[in-house]
Amino acid sequence: MRTNNVVGLIFSNAYDSAIPELTTLRTMGSVPFGGRYRLIDFVLSNMVNSGMTKVGVATKSNYQSLMDHLGSGKPWDLSRKNSGMYILPPFSTKDSGGVANRIELLQGCMNFLSHSKEEYVLLADCNVVCNVDFGELLEAHVASGADITAAYRRGVKPALNNLMSFAFADGRITGISVGAPTGEEEAYALNIFLMRKALLERLVNEAVSLHFDNFERDLFQRNLQTLKICGFEGKGFVRTLSSLQSFYDVNMELLHKENRKQLFTPERPVYTKVRDDMPTIYGLGSEVKNSLIADGCTIEGTVENSILFRGVHVGKGTVVRDSILMQGSMIGENARVCCVVMDKNGVLKPGKTLCGDKTFPIYIGKGIMI
Amino acid sequence: MSRNTECIAMLLAGGQGSRLGILTKHIAKPAVPYGGKYRIIDFPLSNCVNSGIYTVGVLTQYQPLELNDYIGNGQPWDLDRENGGVHILSPYQQIKGTAWYKNTANAIFQNINFIDRYNPKYVAILSGDHIYKMDYSKMLAYHKEKNADCTIAMLEVPWEEAPRFGLMLVDDDNAITEFEEKPKNPRSNKASMGVYMFTWEKLRRYLLEDEANPNSSNDFGHDLIPAMHEAGERMFAYPFDGYWKDVGTIDSLWEANLDLLDPKVDLDLTDTSWKIYSRNPSLPPHYISPDAAVQNSLIAGGCEIEGEVDFSVLFSDVVVEKGATVRDSIIMPGTVVRSGAVVQYAIVAENAVIEEGAVVGERPEAMQNLDDWGVAVVGEHITVGKDAVVAPKAMVDTDVSAVR
Repeated sequence: MRTNNVVGLIFSNAYDSAIPELTTLRTMGSVPFGGRYRLIDFVLSNMVNSGMTKVGVATKSNYQSLMDHLGSGKPWDLSRKNSGMYILPPFSTKDSGGVANRIELLQGCMNFLSHSKEEYVLLADCNVVCNVDFGELLEAHVASGADITAAYRRGVKPALNNLMSFAFADGRITGISVGAPTGEEEAYALNIFLMRKALLERLVNEAVSLHFDNFERDLFQRNLQTLKICGFEGKGFVRTLSSLQSFYDVNMELLHKENRKQLFTPERPVYTKVRDDMPTIYGLGSEVKNSLIADGCTIEGTVENSILFRGVHVGKGTVVRDSILMQGSMIGENARVCCVVMDKNGVLKPGKTLCGDKTFPIYIGKGIMI
Repeated sequence: MSRNTECIAMLLAGGQGSRLGILTKHIAKPAVPYGGKYRIIDFPLSNCVNSGIYTVGVLTQYQPLELNDYIGNGQPWDLDRENGGVHILSPYQQIKGTAWYKNTANAIFQNINFIDRYNPKYVAILSGDHIYKMDYSKMLAYHKEKNADCTIAMLEVPWEEAPRFGLMLVDDDNAITEFEEKPKNPRSNKASMGVYMFTWEKLRRYLLEDEANPNSSNDFGHDLIPAMHEAGERMFAYPFDGYWKDVGTIDSLWEANLDLLDPKVDLDLTDTSWKIYSRNPSLPPHYISPDAAVQNSLIAGGCEIEGEVDFSVLFSDVVVEKGATVRDSIIMPGTVVRSGAVVQYAIVAENAVIEEGAVVGERPEAMQNLDDWGVAVVGEHITVGKDAVVAPKAMVDTDVSAVR
């Protein structure tokens, strides 16, 4: 089903606090992922590939890198005369003093929404990595006659604050809990919601007038009886990032061909900002095994089971294992790097050793020189 | 056009590049892929933008579809602009009839109206089929400093290669005293790079004169520039000493690609102050499997490498299966090399399939007679069947059937 009747609304800051290492300087949406992407690329590309042409990106804090990445929306074909991408800076009134929760954030987006002529609205976060056709979601939504359709996934629930898990009866959601993960298989929310725009406007206005401030409790749990809320199971490679560890693990999952095939399909490409790097140079004596390597790298040493972002340098005699090196990392000669997540433009001087563990990767902050 | 532009560039991109054989069967030479992710035309286009020239006319004629599509609105080069930007200029019908671009000078002549719209003081005439990085703004400054009417970029080439070029004799001030077009016994090794800077007012006059001359072949190097010289206009050579390569033949295309792997070669594409821009496909990073062995190579996005790759340039989305070998070769986008196949000393064009056990090309060491050796070429969308052999120097533009 064509989704050009759906306006998208992306929360770029949602769950920032889950991965504080990576989000102190940026939003969840601009967290680098998969060698050349930012997390927001996945949800934005999903929307665009499903035929949506109007997307608002709600921001709360630290959104400089996000704006730099999104630019005018050109890489996603969202730089348009009609519709396109709108960055929505936080909207705080004189007495509210900043934006605290998702309901206030939504309230700030009401103007954008009321000026959109689309009938439906799709809400999504950035910490879910997937390649999903939202057209199918809309189709399911219309077919079930639901008021709200919530995408979910079955599995062990990630440890995120207030993440909903659902109980079903007769095809609709009859129970919502926001408790801690049980460790058992649950149907947990992917925080992708589809509903009529008018309904969202009504729910937010009601919540604001009643001083409600909890999105999950006040918009969903309270309305379980009066609204028909249905589920839509996200299939394929769908992963929710909930910590540095899960960031590391999910990146590493891309080293499996099957996962890459599901996430990067030629029919629904993932778009991102272009950096115009040259292809990667493999020097004499380079030895690379089981690694995902972006453009613009220069590799003269050994790289195994790792993900190298654009423009990474690996010096002669150096060994990099089980690591994620973000854009512009420089690893000097004869160094050893093992189970490390190195943020952008980090430098490891020649001869140094950095070792973490697969269950406890070491994080090196942006631009740090060791 | 109210806003005056000091300098605009006209990029000659209509050439067939016939010596590239099947590689230019469906595309013009400037659209030929180069260096793992570029096309030749990215170099002059990026040079223009990096030099501050934001109005570029691209003259196309031979097989323009792919080139037009590639350039599009010029966005990858920041040439999608309100003022200026990139313009595709193809031959058009006029009241007098329809004329193809007869030659280089005639092509510019037919677009005098386009140039006049911008009313520039200077016009750079560039060729769309050379690989080089050059700051045209420095050349323009030189042109102004010499108070020249025409400045020609000049490169000193090895004497033994000089007979292949248009050569210039210059005095101590680099004023051009004489031209020699591909002489047998060269008196100079200062070759013209096909990069010209003209004062528009002068060029305009000579274009009109050249067109009116029935004996002229309407070529810049052959007719217009000698005519200017004879008339005593101020003509200077602008010395350039960097990497410059005309990728006119299969061998030179192959070499120019592999030059990127030679640290001694003065062509650094990693330099962020002079980026070469190109249209980028939306592909994930490339993947190197545990079974792969990659050495001394250039590999672009989307590739899946499970075999052996040595001293090669792989464009985007290339698959090298387990047990396959690619060495000393150029593999263009979307090509698949199946397991057990060997590709060596070869150029394989886009979306070809080299089936299991096939062998493309041969190492020069393995030849009995070196005269029979050369780079093998496999055309786009060609399948080389199982266990088939493509001989060195061969050019394959029909499927090669499998050997039973």
